Amino acid sequence: MELDKLPKPEEMQIDLTPPESGWMDTPVNMRDGTYSYPAAAKNLKILDMPNPREWSVTADDWKLPQNWQEIILEGFKERLEKYRSFKLFMDICVRCGACADKCHFFIGSGDPKNMPVLRAELLRSVYRKNFSTLGRMLGRFSGSRELTLPVLKEWFYYFFQCTECRRCSVYCPYGIDTAEVTMIGRELLNLVGLNINWVIEPVANCFRTGNHLGIPPHGLIDMWEFMVDDIEDITGIKVDLPVNKKGAEILFVTPSGDYFADPGTYTCMGYLMLFHELGLDYTWSTYASEGGNFGLFTSHEMIKRLNAKIYAEAKRLGVKWIIGGECGHMWRVMHQYMETMNGPADFLEEPVSPITGTKFENSKQTKMVHITEFTSDLIRNGKLKLDPSRNDRFRVTYHDSCNPARAAGLMEEPRYVLRNVVNNFFEMPENSIREHTYCCGGGAGLGNDENLDMRMRGGFPRANAVRHVRDKHDVNRLICMCAIDRATLTALMHYWAPDVEVGGIHELLANALIMEGEHERKLDLRGEPFSGEEEDEDV
Amino acid sequence: MNAWFSVFTALVAVIALVLLAMLGVETIGLKSIFGVIIPYVAFVIFFVGVAYRIIGWAKVPVPFRIPTTGGQGKSLPWIKASYTDAPWTTLGVILRMALEVLLFRSLFRNTKAEVREGPRITYASAQWLWLAGILFHYSFLTIILRHARFFFENVPSFVEMLSSVDGFFQILVPTLFLSDLAFLAAVTYLFLRRVVLPQMRYISLPADYFPLFLIGGIGISGVLMRQVWKVDLLKVKELTMGWFTFHPVVPEGLGTIFYVHVFLVSCLLAYIPFSKIMHMGGVFLSPTRNLANVNRSERYVNPWNYPVKVHTYDEYEDEFREKMKEAGIPVDKE
Ligand code: HEM
Ligand code: SF4
Ligand code: SF4
Repeated sequence: MELDKLPKPEEMQIDLTPPESGWMDTPVNMRDGTYSYPAAAKNLKILDMPNPREWSVTADDWKLPQNWQEIILEGFKERLEKYRSFKLFMDICVRCGACADKCHFFIGSGDPKNMPVLRAELLRSVYRKNFSTLGRMLGRFSGSRELTLPVLKEWFYYFFQCTECRRCSVYCPYGIDTAEVTMIGRELLNLVGLNINWVIEPVANCFRTGNHLGIPPHGLIDMWEFMVDDIEDITGIKVDLPVNKKGAEILFVTPSGDYFADPGTYTCMGYLMLFHELGLDYTWSTYASEGGNFGLFTSHEMIKRLNAKIYAEAKRLGVKWIIGGECGHMWRVMHQYMETMNGPADFLEEPVSPITGTKFENSKQTKMVHITEFTSDLIRNGKLKLDPSRNDRFRVTYHDSCNPARAAGLMEEPRYVLRNVVNNFFEMPENSIREHTYCCGGGAGLGNDENLDMRMRGGFPRANAVRHVRDKHDVNRLICMCAIDRATLTALMHYWAPDVEVGGIHELLANALIMEGEHERKLDLRGEPFSGEEEDEDV
Repeated sequence: MNAWFSVFTALVAVIALVLLAMLGVETIGLKSIFGVIIPYVAFVIFFVGVAYRIIGWAKVPVPFRIPTTGGQGKSLPWIKASYTDAPWTTLGVILRMALEVLLFRSLFRNTKAEVREGPRITYASAQWLWLAGILFHYSFLTIILRHARFFFENVPSFVEMLSSVDGFFQILVPTLFLSDLAFLAAVTYLFLRRVVLPQMRYISLPADYFPLFLIGGIGISGVLMRQVWKVDLLKVKELTMGWFTFHPVVPEGLGTIFYVHVFLVSCLLAYIPFSKIMHMGGVFLSPTRNLANVNRSERYVNPWNYPVKVHTYDEYEDEFREKMKEAGIPVDKE
């Protein structure tokens, strides 16, 4: 599917009124452009995952194992005993509806099963049938139903129509996190071989080559060297490129999406320039060349299998601590799962900035610091020479990625960096930023082309807020701290707000960064002239 | 399920319960069953059931620390962090929970999104649900506390005080309590929003209407008992004190309306452990709310953490060694 095949934005039909027929009696409609393609068998085999086969979402027969119901119900029971969150969230929803119009997929599609409460009810109805006494006794009156093939198809459709963004959980009076329900729902689907290729292929790649894109080590070197050359053209400085360097002080890990696709590459160049300017003793790794973790969109076990590389590599290289780059879901994993799954990392040291001496107390257990924590500390201590006027061409707004905001509370650091590297910064309306932020519409593995219709719908609330600041403040640059966003928001802006470009924080930082020994810089990292152009003297 | 069908079944169920009580007491004369046995059974089901559910939840481990951060987390000292929305201390967590439980903090964030021509989205503040929720729960609590006068030989002074504040505006004789008004108004609102708002109608099950009708029925029967078919409070107290001293007596002369009230309360008590009303216990256990956002600064152990199959560096280097050497990347084994 391509953008020009979609109806024009102003013709996009959205109606939030539910249909007449009740949700249990409305079968799922696999409309083109709103679902993702199944995982290829070869990828499942690499990962030893169940039921590898070729199948099609629109076919009647999904080639499930004979006893698929039994497998799923068994898995259901197991997870009820392992996750209090899951058990509780099955039990305590009062269907007050506070979460209903908080989901970007509901707002953009009007499909009532995209209300978080109904998404969760898809599982709850089966839960009541099989695991609740009263539910079994009262049958449909209690809202319970049998796990049938149509129900399973509904699960597939709607659990791959949730980006696990946690926005609903902010508003729920009990903190019911539908992302958690979706995660478990996807785990159950995986048990019978129902998964999407846009998740499983990156997972399989990452497992074998260390990154989602499947770039082998020599390929990575090529990409990084390419950036080093570009930086030299722009600044006249040949920056260091330490790779797999034993004994370095810091391991740097960032999503591989930023290695090869614009505009992420510019952010990646920004890191290279910053670290060079600081003379940081750090290293990239080809084995741990992925900060992101599509295991998060597969199962808890898969998170752990992929994430294990980070600490393992830190240990092998003998570094003291780790810095992580701009990425969204990566920070859900690094912040909330890594240390529990693969820690304790007692072979590392509590992170201390070698430049400022600041102790990063908040990371003393995981030993992993977010790049904007690191950079804002540098700026705060006056360690960087910055000329924000080089970014004067940009009128900037900032999109909080779901996970850094709602799963890690990283909201101020990126803003602090931005305010110091640009002169024109404008916030989007309050109910669309920080903990209220809207998803880009393509997270959690849904940022693929076949799902484009639903992506544009899911991203609509975000785009709506961007259009607001564009019209009010002439905003022309949407900044985000996430590699997935940089890809998905680019398409989203193309569709809803074509004059707004997307970029990362460290791209703008590197534009503004006055480097020791640079030649007179005329171009920004994208090779476009700075505004004005007469500046360049120290500030 | 059709929405009206849900309303209808729930309503029929509650009416059936009312009729059952009337029939049982008036026609068959089973006063001791409705006045003693059923309340006792209901109490037992309630306590055992609630304990069973809560222990059931508490027994399930919390493998990961997954708070929802509703504000800036604690990081560098000069960045202002949100003490209760992204707490990093135990006190912060307790305050966060207290705000949730006592003031419905999260519900207060509610906004209403609407899609208009364009398309564009507009938002409106939508605190009505919050207000009705607060009114509903607090008036419910007040009413329960006021009932304490039936359960203690000497009415505790705070109950007296509560009653006099509650009855401050002496509308009607006997005084119509504010909490009764608020309670009935809130239940009515909660019911109406379920049937009037299309999205609410769509998600509501009979299990959502049933407790509202049941609780509404309790409220109405209570008010009727106070304002219309008055009952002799001394006799009521004789009965309730009988329950507590385990010498139950069934005083003569209590009207049917009283038995209806007690029967509906018994039904509610017995129903709670099996229903969504258990949310009261669940709030306290919710892992997105009751954990501190100290994920990177403190260890968190998953009791069932198990080893998984990984792809080791050695396996990786074995596959790519030659290419790595060619590209000038250091390797472990030559
Ligand atoms: C820890 C204490 C409690 C908290 C924090 C709490 C919170 C809430 C919230 C936020 C709602 C949704 C808003 C609404 O629909 O009004 C709700 C609904 C409800 N609560 Fe509670 N509650 C608590 C205790 C109780 C108790 C003890 C009962 C006993 C009967 C109860 C009965 C209900 C009912 C029946 C509803 C559903 C109203 C509807 O269907 O619209 N709650 N509660
Ligand atoms: S806000 Fe929470 S309790 Fe209310 S319907 Fe949504 S998930 Fe259920
Ligand atoms: S987690 Fe996000 S995408 Fe999923 S139901 Fe909640 S709001 Fe919607």
